Amino acid sequence: MKNASLLLDDPGWIITLKALIVFVVCVVLTIMSVWGERRIVARMQMRVGPNRVGKFGLIQALADGVKLALKEDLIPAAADKVVFIIAPIISATAAFMAFAVMPLTGPVNFFGEETVMQLTDLPVGVLYVLAIASVGVYGIVLAGWSSGSTYPLLGGLRSSAQVISYEIAMGLSLVAVFIYSGSMSTSAIVQAQQETWWYGLVLFPSFVIYAISMVGETNRAPFDLAEAEGELVGGFHTEYSSLKFALFFLAEYVNIIAVSALATTLFLGGYHAIPGLGFTEQWLGGWFTLIWFFIKVLFFFFIFVWLRGTLPRLRYDQFMQFGWKVLIPVSLLWILVVATLRVISTTSQSRVVTFGFAGVVVLIVLGISTAFENSQNKRTSVVHPEPAAPDFAVPSLPSQITTINVSQQGGDRG
Amino acid sequence: MQPLLTIQGPEAALFWILAPLSVAAALGMLLVKKAVHSALLLAWVMITLAIFYIAQDAAFLGVVQVIVYTGAVMMLFLFILMLVGVDSSDSLTETITGLRPIAITAAVGLGGLLVSLLGRATLGREPIGLEIANSSGNVEGLAALLFSKYVWPFEVVSALLITAALGAMVLAHHQRTNPRPTQREQAISRFRSGSLAGAAGLPGPGVFARHNAVDVPALLPDGTPAPSSISATLKARGDVIDSSQFQLDNVDTTVVEEK
Repeated sequence: MKNASLLLDDPGWIITLKALIVFVVCVVLTIMSVWGERRIVARMQMRVGPNRVGKFGLIQALADGVKLALKEDLIPAAADKVVFIIAPIISATAAFMAFAVMPLTGPVNFFGEETVMQLTDLPVGVLYVLAIASVGVYGIVLAGWSSGSTYPLLGGLRSSAQVISYEIAMGLSLVAVFIYSGSMSTSAIVQAQQETWWYGLVLFPSFVIYAISMVGETNRAPFDLAEAEGELVGGFHTEYSSLKFALFFLAEYVNIIAVSALATTLFLGGYHAIPGLGFTEQWLGGWFTLIWFFIKVLFFFFIFVWLRGTLPRLRYDQFMQFGWKVLIPVSLLWILVVATLRVISTTSQSRVVTFGFAGVVVLIVLGISTAFENSQNKRTSVVHPEPAAPDFAVPSLPSQITTINVSQQGGDRG
Repeated sequence: MQPLLTIQGPEAALFWILAPLSVAAALGMLLVKKAVHSALLLAWVMITLAIFYIAQDAAFLGVVQVIVYTGAVMMLFLFILMLVGVDSSDSLTETITGLRPIAITAAVGLGGLLVSLLGRATLGREPIGLEIANSSGNVEGLAALLFSKYVWPFEVVSALLITAALGAMVLAHHQRTNPRPTQREQAISRFRSGSLAGAAGLPGPGVFARHNAVDVPALLPDGTPAPSSISATLKARGDVIDSSQFQLDNVDTTVVEEK
């Protein structure tokens, strides 16, 4: 583990500086991504978006932030004061903490010290991110409960059910990565992908499941049922204003960046360049890897915005059904396949066995999907008994109309 | 004999900051009135325990502790909200006389037993074997034990847990006597039922006349109020404004011309 040994001899001041940098990067990225999101969504809706404050409207998000901070801070009379204040703090803190294990660059020279831009390298780094994410949900649930109001409570409950179900799918999608890389440390996974291909290609089903569940995990459209402005006003943050609301806002965007960074690390080769451009990693004394990392993170962020601009919100029961009846079983089966393939390849069986196994799996999947489609067709072909026609005049159904009178003359309406 | 269980530097600082907080939270969990506060303090105790585990080189155990127990406490939280009530608090009356002294005695006894046992096991001994156990990495060491020496108990426990989960589902599940109507069937039945009034959805509350509050019934085109436009919850609470003052017949429509 090259990264771990590089991190181990960091003096205290470098660690402090790195923590500060991670914090500042997260905040600046949040401000810029709010601006970016508004511009991109505007473009998708054929609008212009914020373009007045600063060049291209770049300072708009900052101005909005200042406005938000200067608003009146209200605590509802029915609220549970302590919990009401703690909730946004939990949310924001947890969002920032996830970034500690993300490897942002390869080995670089940092003020004369050879190190990597990663705060710490835990042997269980990815699990740590999952753990922090599950703590972060407490912020949302507690905000919903402590507001002492109906809509926030509904939003909080939705969010807890949502995150619990989608965290399972997310955790299962990571198992295949662990099996393939043989490690749960973020930097080791990045290294392992350098030796084979990116896991986004090798473990494509895992990548898809992770990408879906990361949207569910961050409460973003089309899975933003916890705030659902059409149904629940603002969901869990209905009663929040001023800086406390700003903390939730910050937490949401830092979370998006964090899950995007995790997706980059686990599936898109982390800070490494895309294959074929490996020579760029040496530019700027290795600092160019930071640019590669953020290009990939911003790619995921763009997908988030794209989803928000395109898809309507899911109905709650459909959303739950999708998580439990599609994502979780599919990822369980996929893990079985991956584990078997892994055993076959590590016990150095011949290629024929590997391909034979893969062929059988494909055949089984095809068979199941055909059977499923047949049963689906059968189900839809069941004829519902027609309810009796009412005793008042109703227009005839299109299927019952046999003749259409088309007036040939100018008509009697004159 | 050298001083026992020496912890130096950052780890000592961590311990002396978090341990009192943890104990205070554990006591608070027993003493606070609101069940939700109790659950919160429990979550905090679990997180501090996880931090201690990580500080003692058991990274995997620490992280899993957070993942498992935050989920578990979240469930507890939902149980409180759904079974006990949103703002429930404990009543402090003794339902069975003499229960409190018995409970306190039992708790103190159990605590004393645990402390003395743990003390015997740890005090005066040097902890050994951590380096050997973690020699190939903490996760790898655990995995090697779980999937070789302890694979049978591990599988038995997992089978037990799955059985329990399935059992809970079977007990909680109930069969519908008739299939749930689909959206299409509901749409058809709206048109085919006695009245077409609800075919296009119910009228929204208070969107006509001078009020747009949710507690004011909507006025239908003929000027009569539509009681179905008010949420049933508001009606049950009695929070509905009498709409007769907004009815078309009662509204003063005389025009006074200015001169």
